[in-house]
Amino acid sequence: MREYDWWLLLFAFAICGLGMVEIYSATHNSHLAGMHWRQLSWIGLGLLCMLVLSRVDYHQILDQSPVLYLIGIAALVLVLAVGRTRFGAKRWLPVLGAFLQVSELVKLIIIIVLARFFSEVRTEQLALAELVKAGFLVGLPLGLILLQPDLGTAMVLVPMALVGAFLAGLQWKHALAMIALGAMMLPIGWHFLKPYQKERVETFLRPEEDPKGSGYQILQSKIAVGAGGFWGKGLGQGSQNQGGFVPVRYSDFILAALAEELGFVGVFVTLLLYAGLLLRLVQNAQRASDRAGMYLVMGVAAVLGFHVLVNVAMVIGYMPVTGIPLPLMSYGGSATLFVYLSLGLVMNVRIRRFVN
Amino acid sequence: MWLGNDLKLPQTRLTIVSYIILGMIALLLVGFWKLQVIDSDRYTQLAERNRVRTIPLIAPRGRMLDREGRVLVDNYPSFSVLLLRDDAQQVERSLPQVAEGLGIPLEDLHKQLDESRGLPKFQPILIKPEASPADIAFIESHRADLQVLEMVMVHRRRYLPNGFMAHAAGYVGEVSPELLENSNGRYRPGDFEGKSGLERQYNDVLVGTDGLRRVLVNSIGKEVGRLDQKEAIPGKAIQLTIDYDLQVVAEQALTGRKGAVVALDPRTGDVLAMASHPAPDSNLFAVRIPREEWKRLNEDPDRPLLNRAIQAQLAPGSVFKIVMATAMLESKAIPESFSVYCSGVTDFYGRAFHCWEKRGHGLVTLHNAVVHSCDVFFYNVGKHLGIDRIAYYASQLGLGRKSGIDLPAEQTGLMPSEEWKERVFHQRWFPGETISVSVGQGAIVATPLQLARTIGGIAMGGIFRQPHLLLDAKKVGEERFSISEQTTEKVTQAMFGVVNEGGTAAGVRLQGIELCGKTGSAQVIGAEGLKRAGRQTRFKDNAWFVGYAPRRKPEIVVAVLVQEGEHGASAAAPVARDVIKAYYDKKSRRNQQQLTVEYKRYQVNPDAALAGFQALRKPVSRPLEANSAQTAH
Repeated sequence: MREYDWWLLLFAFAICGLGMVEIYSATHNSHLAGMHWRQLSWIGLGLLCMLVLSRVDYHQILDQSPVLYLIGIAALVLVLAVGRTRFGAKRWLPVLGAFLQVSELVKLIIIIVLARFFSEVRTEQLALAELVKAGFLVGLPLGLILLQPDLGTAMVLVPMALVGAFLAGLQWKHALAMIALGAMMLPIGWHFLKPYQKERVETFLRPEEDPKGSGYQILQSKIAVGAGGFWGKGLGQGSQNQGGFVPVRYSDFILAALAEELGFVGVFVTLLLYAGLLLRLVQNAQRASDRAGMYLVMGVAAVLGFHVLVNVAMVIGYMPVTGIPLPLMSYGGSATLFVYLSLGLVMNVRIRRFVN
Repeated sequence: MWLGNDLKLPQTRLTIVSYIILGMIALLLVGFWKLQVIDSDRYTQLAERNRVRTIPLIAPRGRMLDREGRVLVDNYPSFSVLLLRDDAQQVERSLPQVAEGLGIPLEDLHKQLDESRGLPKFQPILIKPEASPADIAFIESHRADLQVLEMVMVHRRRYLPNGFMAHAAGYVGEVSPELLENSNGRYRPGDFEGKSGLERQYNDVLVGTDGLRRVLVNSIGKEVGRLDQKEAIPGKAIQLTIDYDLQVVAEQALTGRKGAVVALDPRTGDVLAMASHPAPDSNLFAVRIPREEWKRLNEDPDRPLLNRAIQAQLAPGSVFKIVMATAMLESKAIPESFSVYCSGVTDFYGRAFHCWEKRGHGLVTLHNAVVHSCDVFFYNVGKHLGIDRIAYYASQLGLGRKSGIDLPAEQTGLMPSEEWKERVFHQRWFPGETISVSVGQGAIVATPLQLARTIGGIAMGGIFRQPHLLLDAKKVGEERFSISEQTTEKVTQAMFGVVNEGGTAAGVRLQGIELCGKTGSAQVIGAEGLKRAGRQTRFKDNAWFVGYAPRRKPEIVVAVLVQEGEHGASAAAPVARDVIKAYYDKKSRRNQQQLTVEYKRYQVNPDAALAGFQALRKPVSRPLEANSAQTAH
């Protein structure tokens, strides 16, 4: 147990604690009251999973990556076929009496699969062929998730591949080519977006045109953040939060609620905790005993970092509404489980850092 | 084996990732700094506009019931049609269909939309205040495709049609700006309050308390949550002393005429009926009276808004002779046996005073003078009594001052005196004026209600109950002016004679009912005025009759005024007779029903046969008078 990264856990727990306080504050006088206790039970379950996952040597897990990949793809197909539709998207599969978001599980699997894939690259520079292979490896599940449709989660797979490729020796010319290709793909991809997704992007670009729809959400979020000021209005005192003006204030927009009630000071502390968490992850990667371990840890860092970036940027109106929760803070069972499972992978790598 | 990757970790690239993370966090913190520190004031203001909005839940006004619980004034739910303007494009698209479906000219809708351009977008505009069933059906059936339409329910006042009891009930209207200002927020613009009659008198009872619903609206006015709700407390119903059946008779009798009917129960002061014609249809006021209509009502020379029962101040004519008779007997200034020879005209202070009967009444005593309404007799009585003594008794008997009825704007009437003339005109009282006043002409004026109260009170032996319309009035005032038994007996006998001994109102005699009363035909303007007005304009006399029954301790007294009715006996007396007859018809029916009920109880419960029989015996003795009333047809 001494080998666990207690600093990392401390950051995680602090963030979870802030999240629980804010979930309580946002929901205690509504029909959702008591949500923070449910969140706590998810955290407990997540810790248990983390413990179990950290015990199994990650090399053994990596050994199973082809199988895991197939399971992941099968689950995604299954969810499209028989999944529960909630909030307009097929994302949930009934597992153990609860509904789990399959894409959260798939994120974990892709971290493992990519770690295995990149650790097999034995050159200092990443060859184009390998890069294309990685692209296909990620492209298949990404396409399936897009079909649900869940643009947010699908997007998360991209930074995983990018960070992996970067560490595997991505060449600058390839990077530039990818950026160019991406820019060209944008107008084509636009046609495949669902109307509501287009609307979100449009309102992000011109929020004043539609203050009622998704532009409304961003506007309300910004009002809450701005009204919080430097010191905040105090817990349970945020009129935007308590009045229910902040959209999904216990989940995707929880940071807006926190920003209103705890002010810039609270946000500063929160973001520092995230910075600490992410830097600690990179440190663990740097101390990994082999490249496979590093890729695992950095995969986790990529996912969490991307989540933080996209969610926080959305709260302050720097990005469109994508439905990506803030890891460890937002209410949500599947997401919480995923974060603790991925931390389990990190612990796994850390425990075995002196093996070779 | 794939594990055999012997490459070193890319430490440099990992460090680069660390810096990217730090840069990202720093960037986000800058974003928060901008919002929370630099632009904080602006967003605080925006947050202020996300507010709690209270939506009033309008309490329905209390109903008005008659003394038997029948509904006289009621409410009905009315729907107003609102046009939601949130989505300008949708509004524009739907407008032609809306115009056609609701029968509103398209230009009108466009005009209204233009006018409301300055209002917040989330605030709907009222395009139709009173939706017809067809409108409601139209909106309901187009819920899906015409989402710009919405309906709200309000309570509107419903009065009986054709101005039934319009003056007593009064009407409601939107609160005045002054009241709005002085009400400390109790009233809001657009609220209704009682403007006249009982609606105004008992406004505080009738209004109830509006409830409210507090909802949270965001900065663009969209409802985002409900905080709490306080239910509206409906206004209390008031039960009136009015008897619907008698009111119907009174209203029907006045249809097409100008005048008033007041029926009182002198024992209690209950107003059994109160009608005034012409009458406005109060339903006109219940929504929002068009300006032209309001103007027309106010400028109508027939003054339909005047409640003649309490506001018409007219010369009482010969009805005043009852006051004169009472004053003569009570003051003892003149002996009971006083008699006068009436030749049809007499002379006082160098001026001729005519009796209405040009042939003269011959030798008349008090009794005959009342029965045949001899003017000459009362000229002489007046001359002997003097104006101050007349004024004293008239005032004690209720003339020249308010009766205290629970209605706003009751008029006082006027009982002239020397002091009055000195005070108002700075002139001396001419003795000749006393002669005119003695027969209810000249400066003396009274309202129908005052006359009903006065005659009823005299017949009660000097007990004057305060007239009131609220059935369970807590404190009913009572004035006593002691009138001796002999006086009461003599005066009531005389009034009995008016109807039953071939007097002026002999035509309205009723079998089995001691109908008594006094006729009056009062000149509208003096003889000289009539001359000046010339022959083109005819000023017909006002017809009066105040009748009551039975002769002593009356149960009902009815004052009838028919303006320009000329003769009290022919125009006014039949109205009073009909009301009183309706009263007795009802009474006998009620007594018979009581009999039937007792009989049934006796049958159903044979065990209590004996007790039931004894109970039965009591009511049997009562319907006797009712039986006689029944044969009265």
